[in-house]
Amino acid sequence: MDKRKIEENIFKGLMLISTLTIISSLVFILITVIVKGLPAMNGAMITQTPKGGYYLGKEGGILNAIVGSLYLAGGATFLAVLISLPIVLYLNVYAKRGSRLAAFTRFSLDVLWGVPSIVYGAFGFTIMLFLGLRASLLGGIIAVSLLILPIMSRAMDEVIRMVPEELLEASYALGTTRFETALKVVVRQTLPGILTAVLIAFGRGIGDAASVILTAGFTDNIPYSLFRPAATLPLSIFFQLGTPFPEVRQRAYASALILTAVILIISIASRILIIKFTKHIVK
Amino acid sequence: MEFKTHISVKNLNVFYGNEQALKNITVDIPGKKITVIIGPSGCGKTTLLKSFNRLIDSVDGVRVSGRVLVDGEDIFDPKVEVTQIRKKMGLLFQKPYPLPMSIYDNVTYGPKIHGMNNKKELDKIVEHYLKQASLWDEVKDKLHQPASKLSLGQQQRLCLARGLAVEPEIILGDEPTSALDPKSSQRIEQRFLELKKEYTIVIVTHILRQARRLADYVVFLYLGELIEHGPAEDIFENPKREMTKEYIKGIIS
Repeated sequence: MDKRKIEENIFKGLMLISTLTIISSLVFILITVIVKGLPAMNGAMITQTPKGGYYLGKEGGILNAIVGSLYLAGGATFLAVLISLPIVLYLNVYAKRGSRLAAFTRFSLDVLWGVPSIVYGAFGFTIMLFLGLRASLLGGIIAVSLLILPIMSRAMDEVIRMVPEELLEASYALGTTRFETALKVVVRQTLPGILTAVLIAFGRGIGDAASVILTAGFTDNIPYSLFRPAATLPLSIFFQLGTPFPEVRQRAYASALILTAVILIISIASRILIIKFTKHIVK
Repeated sequence: MEFKTHISVKNLNVFYGNEQALKNITVDIPGKKITVIIGPSGCGKTTLLKSFNRLIDSVDGVRVSGRVLVDGEDIFDPKVEVTQIRKKMGLLFQKPYPLPMSIYDNVTYGPKIHGMNNKKELDKIVEHYLKQASLWDEVKDKLHQPASKLSLGQQQRLCLARGLAVEPEIILGDEPTSALDPKSSQRIEQRFLELKKEYTIVIVTHILRQARRLADYVVFLYLGELIEHGPAEDIFENPKREMTKEYIKGIIS
């Protein structure tokens, strides 16, 4: 066999190994969570809030954290969409190609992407102090939306950048404004990519513990107001893992299983939704 | 040839950064005729076409001096509303760009933006302009299917219908058949010959035979300069400038 053929095979092998590594990581995580968590799984886990002594191994569930996390990640995702969409539409439809402001904005978002989530937590906390807020659902939403904003914006930006200039011009040529073109053509053309960006951001938001520890607080109750503290799944897992009781630690794995399931369900549901939206896209 | 001027270009200069794309162009485009802009690649044909509907505005670092009068109105006047200028002109690109929506929505996109909301009227508009673009028979049973599913030739005719639906006076075509197969090209050309009864048509092409088939009036550009312009028969049969002669004969291209 000649040298180039061998080289080709070696690199093909390396790529295969990398791919298998990533797939097996997912499988191993799922197996660990299922094997360790399933025995502790029961109806009460997802239908009840922690009763007195839950963290000592007594009865109850983590409904507080499930609902808290959904509220928090949902609210933060909503807030982040409201800010991200105008940013990326400005960058791609209004700013001229080669605009310095656009380049600087992209650079800033990339830097923000790399900032650790505990820093967003601390930053959110100072904002809350300034506004006179206590640890609350609203505080958590603000901190998490700051955390996921750069992720969402850059992910949207990457897809919207792919829209051909001629498609915009085709719309302008009909006498439309930039705003009409942005909303009716660009957003429609890139809707699947936008939804994927939203999904990635949601997943990152619901799984983050460090940004909510100072801002959202923790409670055994389901939050009924934006100004009350809210429990979250990652923190709930953290607290349960930190107890000396094996049965509580096992419930931590059950909670992790719930968190994984929530992300998986939302992920699959939105992919089905995305398929519906791809039909009009111009290739 | 007797004609009424529709677009009047006066001392138009266009710069991209330090590079001058159009050099002091002065020409009158006749109304309700087909004007063909010919010339080798990179000679400024597309720039001239795009300055008619001010799509060059969005190019980075562009500077324009001189005037372009459409119906006597200077379109580069800062007081002019650019969307109104563009509404007057339909534009076809080299490659069709249908909008990411259904066939029906592609045609109604313009009229809806300009304030038409009556469902019955919109239905009529769709039928009328798809017929005018000779696409109706092929798509009348699948109006709500994605436009992207059509063939390239059909997409280009859809783009024509979409442009016509905003009731322009002028149709601009930037090598509108270059991505199409010969049969589809022929259909588009036939549409132009029909449509010139009602519209002023300006087409950029580098295909000389196409220019001969379509042109009533010819504008020959070379490296940003206007070399010669005049009625088609004069340019093709009796070009005055040496360079035009060579281009028409195919010595330079």
